[in-house]
Amino acid sequence: MPSGEVHTLIVPKILEGTVIDHIPAGKALEILKVLGISGQEGLRIAVLMNVESKKLGKKDIIKIEKKKLTVDEVNVIALIAPTATINIIENFIVVEKFKARVPDVVENIIKCPNPTCITNKDREPLKSRFRTISREPLLLQCDYCGVIVTRDDIPRLIRR
Amino acid sequence: MSAKFMFRDIISILDFTREDLETLFEFADRFIKINEKLEILKGKIVALAFFEPSTRTRLSFEVAAKKLGADVISIVGEEASSIAKGESFADTIRMLDSYSDLIVVRHRFEGAAKYAAEIAEKPVINAGDGRQHHPTQAMIDLYTIKKLFGEIDGLTYAVLGDLRYGRAATSFIYGLTLYKPKKVYLVSPPQLRIRDEVRRELIDRGLVFEEKNSILEVIEEIDVLYVTRIQKERFPDPVEYEKVRGSYIVTLGMLMKGKPHLKVLHPLPKVDEIDYSVDNSKYAAYFYQAKLGIPIRMALLSLVLGAG
Ligand SMILES: [Zn+2]
Repeated sequence: MPSGEVHTLIVPKILEGTVIDHIPAGKALEILKVLGISGQEGLRIAVLMNVESKKLGKKDIIKIEKKKLTVDEVNVIALIAPTATINIIENFIVVEKFKARVPDVVENIIKCPNPTCITNKDREPLKSRFRTISREPLLLQCDYCGVIVTRDDIPRLIRR
Repeated sequence: MSAKFMFRDIISILDFTREDLETLFEFADRFIKINEKLEILKGKIVALAFFEPSTRTRLSFEVAAKKLGADVISIVGEEASSIAKGESFADTIRMLDSYSDLIVVRHRFEGAAKYAAEIAEKPVINAGDGRQHHPTQAMIDLYTIKKLFGEIDGLTYAVLGDLRYGRAATSFIYGLTLYKPKKVYLVSPPQLRIRDEVRRELIDRGLVFEEKNSILEVIEEIDVLYVTRIQKERFPDPVEYEKVRGSYIVTLGMLMKGKPHLKVLHPLPKVDEIDYSVDNSKYAAYFYQAKLGIPIRMALLSLVLGAG
């Protein structure tokens, strides 16, 4: 649990839900965006930004009460924050802990940057689909038009 | 005959192996000399959906299908674009899927044929998707070289022109990765070099290639010169276009500096990138290449529709 590293902001432990830790400083809001969490869902969420971290110097933390992220949801986080760790909490205890890993296929999360890609054609009922062709450095290739996207491109291509 | 083609979508030349292409070429050989109309695809309906106009490719598919005895339905140009305005591409493909046994698609969006193949139950042949793939053209190009030289391996190639946006050039280069050319020179102005994803693919597949600015640097070394057009619209500055234009026009004088058996290929239509003096010379292979479009497409249609 990250609470020991937080000095200035006291955020209580959550009973049940998900803690996303070791997010690179300043990236928490982008992560909520890829997860499709707007705040309108009514979930209790704590977002801590730019707090001290032994590993990263500074980091962000997100605590989401009641919602346990699935492996698929978690993997999407790796697109933005490769260092992130995910803790699933039950009865105040971490019952599962894993690192985000970019999935082999990234579907309907980022938009293809190529304006003449079929996935960008108006009124077509199709999802964008990228294949992970390299994890370090991160390279995703559009399954339809072949365009390659790097980690730096991703924030501006997030669909949600 | 090969089951590998049966009811298969033809989206990219990279989906094939050289063994697949050998099967196709052997099959095409049988159609070269046949002039009468066959009944191999009698009762079959081939749909041509050309959302981007192309008279040559469409006619070539139409003739190939008709020579095999198939019926052809088509939506082209104006009609295709008015459909495109009203309904989604997906709905148009669904309609053609219910009317026909095979759909040939050309579209200016990259990935359109792949998308069509995901929607349609019937096989889809990509007749060009944006700047990306044109697999049947690559099949024709490789077949032409095989016919001319007996071999595709071991030769030195130069691909000249717009390598960034030209799908025929890209597909031809991709096709060469299935073989073992001695070397491939990619000759273009710096702003029209192959795209990053193409370069990556070529490196992954171990193609021996080098990028050059001028054909004169390599003309003496090559066996095959594959020419494509550079479109003026690709240059934001017309002055810049005029500067490079001259060095991308192939003349007889230029070819005479090369090997005596040097052959020039071009996917056609050509505009002014090859001087007329070349047309009647021993170097010109592009009219022969265009003619081979029919037997290759006949072979492909019959193999895909399982009428081997
Ligand atoms: Zn794309």
